[in-house]
Amino acid sequence: MTRLLATADDRLPLPRVDGRIIDAIHQSGLVGRGGAGFPTAIKWRAVADRSRGNAVIVVNGAEGEPRSEKDRLLMTTRPHLMLDGAFIAARVLKARRILLYIGERHESARQSMLRALGQRDEPERALVSFAAAPARYVAGAEMAAIHFLNEGIATPTTTPPYPFERGVDGVPTLVQNVETLARVALIARGTPADTALITLAGAVRQPGVVEVPSGTTLGEALRLGGGATESPRAVLVGGYFGSWMEPRVAWPAALDRDLRLGCGVIGVLPASRCPVCETAGIMRYLASESSAQCGPCFFGLRALADASSRIAEHGSSADDLRRLQRWATEVRGRGACKHPDGAVTFLASALTVFANEFAQHEAHEAREVQLSA
Amino acid sequence: MSRSFTLTIDRIKCDGRGLCAELLPELIRLDEWGYPIIASGAIPEHLLPLAQRAVDDCPVLALALRRADRKQ
Amino acid sequence: MSNSLLWYSTRGAGAVTLILLSAVVVLGILSTQRVQSQSWPRFLTTGLHRNLALMTLVFLALHIVTAVVDPFTNLGWGAALIPFTSYYRTFWLGLGVICFELLLAIVLTSLVRGFLGHRAWRAVHWLTYAAWPVGVLHGVGTGTDTWSAWMLAITAGCVAAVGVAIVMRLTGGSSDPLATPRSTFRTAVDRREPQ
Repeated sequence: MTRLLATADDRLPLPRVDGRIIDAIHQSGLVGRGGAGFPTAIKWRAVADRSRGNAVIVVNGAEGEPRSEKDRLLMTTRPHLMLDGAFIAARVLKARRILLYIGERHESARQSMLRALGQRDEPERALVSFAAAPARYVAGAEMAAIHFLNEGIATPTTTPPYPFERGVDGVPTLVQNVETLARVALIARGTPADTALITLAGAVRQPGVVEVPSGTTLGEALRLGGGATESPRAVLVGGYFGSWMEPRVAWPAALDRDLRLGCGVIGVLPASRCPVCETAGIMRYLASESSAQCGPCFFGLRALADASSRIAEHGSSADDLRRLQRWATEVRGRGACKHPDGAVTFLASALTVFANEFAQHEAHEAREVQLSA
Repeated sequence: MSRSFTLTIDRIKCDGRGLCAELLPELIRLDEWGYPIIASGAIPEHLLPLAQRAVDDCPVLALALRRADRKQ
Repeated sequence: MSNSLLWYSTRGAGAVTLILLSAVVVLGILSTQRVQSQSWPRFLTTGLHRNLALMTLVFLALHIVTAVVDPFTNLGWGAALIPFTSYYRTFWLGLGVICFELLLAIVLTSLVRGFLGHRAWRAVHWLTYAAWPVGVLHGVGTGTDTWSAWMLAITAGCVAAVGVAIVMRLTGGSSDPLATPRSTFRTAVDRREPQ
């Protein structure tokens, strides 16, 4: 079975590809692995239709999600596969530049990509340059990446214009996650990886990146990570923009078919941790990561974080619960990017799965939150 | 055959001045931080002139009228 | 036309222009300070600002035209449109021409604000802070009755009103509630390249 994670980065000659690769991508059902899960073929088609030989490929290795490690691992262990994906994109979309947008703290990943690039031929090398993505949550978002590459500031901008119309330097731009590009390279070789790549976090015996065959359930994947360290209360599927789920629903669910993996982080919350405190901690983090460009996001997430923290520290109150519901509805969709929406989705799932805990929370000693950064 | 319009807003430009809500309270109200919550959907025809005024009067030009049938 | 009538018209229109322009500047400053109450919505500040600005131009036009057609003044249209080309009080009258042209630019750009975009419009609009004092100086230096009680009172009143408004602006701080958190965040995600 072909896997993304391999012991050696086999260097095969770059497959000869043309526009038909987009059909193959479409057939495979590949969606973006950065978190948004947008169908890759549609993205490629949009850029291909508009590129006049001047497109730009942005390889998104920012990996700003605090608990995610899969992108770093891929860049470190299979840099040539990633570069293959990028060069294939450049050929098919007629791009003149490839920008490797790598998280500024992911040093070994950058060194690995640099080394691999040095081993490529000159015409390929000439296309590529590096950019260091700031270590903030929104810096990995598509529009923020383009804004950073254009003007040096990694904050989201309003759409339209969309990247496939006007992105870096005003030309059609493809911003693609590193894992997605690696999968494209495997598709182009005729050996797609029928797997899911996830990062296990929280109350797992062996947290870290795990690659499982398609169809694997969440429970089976956790067993590969040594299983939960204690009885789990819930699991957060998809990182901080994901959703909490009850174990009895999540364990039998097939990772790549039944669940929205988003950025691929699976966080297990043990029964010994307070879910209300945990949720409040993550809300505080997400509120602090707002780029403060839009009032509803900055003030709304701060209010939601404050109300959650009040419940966590001083106990439930009907007022705070009502406020949480109201603000969550009001904030959604009223930012320039999806940051408030992601935070609100996360909170809504917490209010559903932890309804009892939120309604009956009593103040207790603040315990060290495990999942929040 | 009248064209229908919707109100779109640039959330980054908007800094909660509130003129739009004063001019078009039927479709726009302010949240508790002063930022507009805009009713979705096509603008009723009798409110179009007021909507246009809200667009013109916005101090930071954050509002725009968009044809509802145009594909985004 | 009687000489006196034209002369009085010029001086009168000039005085009214000064009052209107000062009111426009004050209203403009008030709109940045988000001033409002139950009976004074913010669109009223904006609407008055705009309407009074147009009225200012009307009286300014009256002021210029009556000055030029008045046979007593010997001003040609050239002197009214090109600064510092008049024989009469060259410097002070020239300031008036500059004020007029600045105001013209400000109003014209405001009329096409939608096409111009906010940033370009705003850059030109800042010239108000040049146009107003230049206009006041023109009035003080060109007017033959500057030291009459009326004109003194009017000029003093206008300067006081605008002065107070400017102080309000300077001490009011940024009217944007996100100004501080936004700049804090931008510093954090800034490339910080050596320029």
